[in-house]
Amino acid sequence: MPRNVLVVGELNDGAPSATTRELLGAACGIAASGEVGVVLLGAGASAAAPACAGATRAYTSDDAEYDAFRGDQWLRAIVAALDLGDADLVLIAQSTAGRELGPRLAQRRGTAVAMDCTQVVDDGGTWRATRPAYGGNAIATYTFATRPAIATVRPKSFAAVEGDGPATITALPGAGESRTRIVSREPAAAEGLRLEDARVVVSGGRGLGAADGFALLQQLVDTIGRDRAVLGASRAAVDLGWCAQSMQVGLTGRVVAPDLYIAVGISGASQHMSGCSGARTIIAINRDADASIMDFARYGVIGDYKQIVPELIAALRGG
Amino acid sequence: MHLVVCAKQIPDPETPASAFRIDAATNRVVPAPGLPLVLSQFDGIAAEAALRIKEGGTGHKITVISLGEEQAAAAIKQVLAMGADEGVLLRDAAFEDGDSHTTATALAAAIRKLGDVDVVCCGRQAADWDMGQVGLILAELLDWPVAPLAQSVEAVAGGVRVRRGVGDGFETIETSTPAVVTVSNELGTPRYPRLPQIMAAAKKPIVTWGATDLGLDPAKLGAAGRRLVLERLALPTKGGNVRLIEGDTPAEQAAALVAQLRADRVL
Ligand SMILES: Cc1cc2nc3c(=O)[nH]c(=O)nc-3n(C[C@H](O)[C@H](O)[C@H](O)COP(=O)(O)OP(=O)(O)OC[C@H]3O[C@@H](n4cnc5c(N)ncnc54)[C@H](O)[C@@H]3O)c2cc1C
Ligand SMILES: Nc1ncnc2c1ncn2[C@@H]1O[C@H](COP(=O)(O)O)[C@@H](O)[C@H]1O
Repeated sequence: MPRNVLVVGELNDGAPSATTRELLGAACGIAASGEVGVVLLGAGASAAAPACAGATRAYTSDDAEYDAFRGDQWLRAIVAALDLGDADLVLIAQSTAGRELGPRLAQRRGTAVAMDCTQVVDDGGTWRATRPAYGGNAIATYTFATRPAIATVRPKSFAAVEGDGPATITALPGAGESRTRIVSREPAAAEGLRLEDARVVVSGGRGLGAADGFALLQQLVDTIGRDRAVLGASRAAVDLGWCAQSMQVGLTGRVVAPDLYIAVGISGASQHMSGCSGARTIIAINRDADASIMDFARYGVIGDYKQIVPELIAALRGG
Repeated sequence: MHLVVCAKQIPDPETPASAFRIDAATNRVVPAPGLPLVLSQFDGIAAEAALRIKEGGTGHKITVISLGEEQAAAAIKQVLAMGADEGVLLRDAAFEDGDSHTTATALAAAIRKLGDVDVVCCGRQAADWDMGQVGLILAELLDWPVAPLAQSVEAVAGGVRVRRGVGDGFETIETSTPAVVTVSNELGTPRYPRLPQIMAAAKKPIVTWGATDLGLDPAKLGAAGRRLVLERLALPTKGGNVRLIEGDTPAEQAAALVAQLRADRVL
């Protein structure tokens, strides 16, 4: 059955973000021959629309007032796009913006949202959304009693598609008022690879024992290559002040799906694994052969990381 | 300022996966024996945020509200012991098995009934279902601005100022009050009540309100009013076939691992 799906896009340096392209991939799979709309807001939005492979229609506003996300403004624009189309399903990224937009949009439209979904299917007219709950200890499947169904989607859950961008571009109104005022912004110093883009992530946890454990892990990263490897962390390591919060992988941190994830001194709590279980290969370096991480890892190296990691660096350099 | 903290009682989210059980017939989590229900982590942090505002001199009263069963009074008492002043337990058979929307509906009605509330502090998400919706829906229902995912909250003239993480960086935002704030773990560790404070909390008032006290139609609450319907709750499937890398010394283990990764073409 053809279904109309609306994707709430986000721009990243003037291009649709990686997650936006994943959402469009998901929407294409679901819509059958229905319409796939995409909302793009901010400077350069209409120029970015053709890069939205999979969308049949774009709703855009180039108003730069939308650049720094403010929920009040974005909600009005998304509601306007919903009024123009006839969406059965709205897909939003589980991002900072999406976490705010999903519930607020659902309430404004008298409907419901399932947050942080890893799967959304149209089962003969019934939307089913699947998401981890209880920190990843359980998997919950929901149906919707109201329309449209809304789902925020966990990054890296769907593959992007190639192909043409939208044939039609419809203009949305400019941003208007917001009840929240941005006092200041501190963009992170953009140095090196982003966690989400790295092919190898080396993460440290409480088992490092001290902040300087990360210096050793950085040597491992450097050995693998700064062009493809980057440091991550568990929340315990962040909460102990051993590393920046932006390095946190997990349910309340970042979601990564690298080729290789090396977890050092991390026990494998479900909330941590929520952020990395999509990795193709997980290696656990841990003193405890019974740690939960071994339920997720392909390879386990049992021992003290202080002895193993230097040898690993040497072995990598040696070959 | 009159501050409200919304606090939920949940099964301990640090329950190890091996002790985590689901009753497939009812789609409910079976709390692990011997592990008590706890105050949802982020709600303790929301309470800490409210207390810091009060101690900053701008707050005069903190009311903690919890929707739940009778035992949720324990979560309320914990926040009272941290330093909140009054408690409200929302308890009614009509509230049971609802969704984020019905929970927010009841909380919004309670906040309206309190009347003079300036700031509502919620957790960023309840650490059981990890939805992260109630605070945001609450703001929509009350038609108040919302500052989500706060890492710090402070009162400023006529409003609140919140610092929060956005993508790779941070931003500081301000909104007028009344407003809803949702609080994230970076705000800091909630204070630990000492015995005298726990004793004092026992004397602080807790009122119980049901649907009629809030003037709400039971048909719009709980299972009858939900828009998102839980169909199935299951345990995740895990890989479960780890290969332990052999070796008598760390050097041997490291060499074996590197050889394996090269054979797999991972490195
Ligand atoms: C709602 C909620 C959200 C959460 N969100 C996140 C999140 O986004 N990300 C996250 O990471 N956590 C999150 N957590 C926390 C999570 O539950 C765990 O507490 C946390 O992940 C534990 O971190 P850890 O594995 O580093 O520490 P621990 O669990 O303490 O594990 C340390 C490990 O190090 C090993 N070890 C010790 N010494 C050595 C050594 N010398 N060499 C090798 N190994 C050693 C130990 O055997 C142990 O396995 C969340 C929790 C809740 C309730
Ligand atoms: N039953 C409840 N009683 C009181 N507050 C709640 C309840 N459920 C959710 N909340 C509040 O809303 C926040 C987000 O919850 P949720 O949307 O369920 O993840 C929680 O951190 C609490 O502050």
